[in-house]
Amino acid sequence: MELLQTLKGHVGRVWHVSWNPEGNVLASCGEDKTIRLWWQESNDPFALGLKTILTDGHQRTIRSVGWSPCGQYLASASFDSTVAIWNKKSGQFECDVSLEGHENEVKSVAWSKSGQYLATCSRDKSVWIWETSDEEEYECAAVLNAHSQDVKKVVWHPHMDVVASASYDNTLKIFQCDVTECEWICASTLRSHESTVWSLDFDALGKRLVSCSDDQTVKVWQQYEPNNEFGIATPDNEAVWKCVCTIAGYHTRTIHDISWCHQTDLIATGCADDGIRIFKEADNSNINEPTFQQVVNYSSAHSQDVNTVLWNPVHRGILASCSDDGEIKIWKVKENIL
Amino acid sequence: MEILSSLENQNPTLYGKCCDRSVSADDEDDSVADLFDEREVFDLIRHIRDPEHPLSLEELHVVEVKGIMIDNVKNEVKVNFTPTIPHCSMALLIGLSIRVQLLRSLPARFKVSVVVSPNSHRSEADINKQLADKERVAAALENVNLIKVINDCIMPELTG
Repeated sequence: MELLQTLKGHVGRVWHVSWNPEGNVLASCGEDKTIRLWWQESNDPFALGLKTILTDGHQRTIRSVGWSPCGQYLASASFDSTVAIWNKKSGQFECDVSLEGHENEVKSVAWSKSGQYLATCSRDKSVWIWETSDEEEYECAAVLNAHSQDVKKVVWHPHMDVVASASYDNTLKIFQCDVTECEWICASTLRSHESTVWSLDFDALGKRLVSCSDDQTVKVWQQYEPNNEFGIATPDNEAVWKCVCTIAGYHTRTIHDISWCHQTDLIATGCADDGIRIFKEADNSNINEPTFQQVVNYSSAHSQDVNTVLWNPVHRGILASCSDDGEIKIWKVKENIL
Repeated sequence: MEILSSLENQNPTLYGKCCDRSVSADDEDDSVADLFDEREVFDLIRHIRDPEHPLSLEELHVVEVKGIMIDNVKNEVKVNFTPTIPHCSMALLIGLSIRVQLLRSLPARFKVSVVVSPNSHRSEADINKQLADKERVAAALENVNLIKVINDCIMPELTG
């Protein structure tokens, strides 16, 4: 793995980064209460330059940012308990909507692939689903109080209006809109981690999830539909999620983030031991008992904890990371691994 | 912070303070590589005041040199602290004060863990989990009321 660029500018911890859908703008946020937008400056897709600093949106740390699928809107979640929506309509990003409702720190925000829904989660243990009609009005569609502790992260299914969450209560949960009742429900609870689940991500098809935890393991989960060919029981004719692989023994501290590349199938992790690791499914892997190999172990990727790792959605093998050390780094994975 | 009408532990056992660290000639010599040791970490936290008593963590044996581990190669510092009673409701605040003081004092390369000494508190696992969660700690430190209480514990001589 090769370091392409180091982006400096944030003061203090950088909590999160997010690529826009075209993969040519990276948004970042952190302890300094600013959002920075790093734009592709030339034909070289990986010479990013700081073009925009968004301030005055939040009173406290900005924990996460997320782009709408159209790339016109950016949502930011803050410890100040609000979510801000930034609109590019006028050429500049302006904050014109503030979503209030969570009781305390909002930790994650994500747009559904359809663009119709926004999910947020908080230390108040709830996941909120916001519905946007004409992308200007945001209405609360559901308040989901299924977790028993802080909800750390929400992520949407790559094709469907299904959201998955990770929590301090050691579980993952899957939420979806029940068609008959027209109501959002918790469809599954995924138990196996022994401590806080910090992050999770779907694979390209949405049939698998990968999660990372304070228990220093990564787990891969497989969805089994009713009447699946493997004979896995599906009570009440509902799909079930099973942990099919635990990747242990590589990470030496809390794993803060995980990203499953939808183009290359590589899984990247960001760890509190300052390292970035990449895992690849073995060629002869069995779908029901897959095996993953570590193909990159970059032990001092940052000088402090790595908080986020995120694959570029367009350019293969390009990874962004950010850290407590105040820096954002852009990496390129070697061709022979892809 | 409000003074509790009834103290949880009215008669804590008091221990003497240890003497100051002796300074050797090497300490003054810039050409000698000087690694951090347990005693130096102890000196950073021994003066922290118990939230309930006008006494230091050292005097109450909440922190002791023998409960501190430091690894200069792996850049790890681990501090065990022992609440005076196993149902002490202040244990989380004491742990947070120790963690904040070390975050402020030690170089950023150190990974700091603050944990309750094994079998010294009823909610040991809960307290350790909260203290290890840096997102919760970061959010707590943005709470002006809480940071004032912590500063009162860390720097009693400054805040009165």
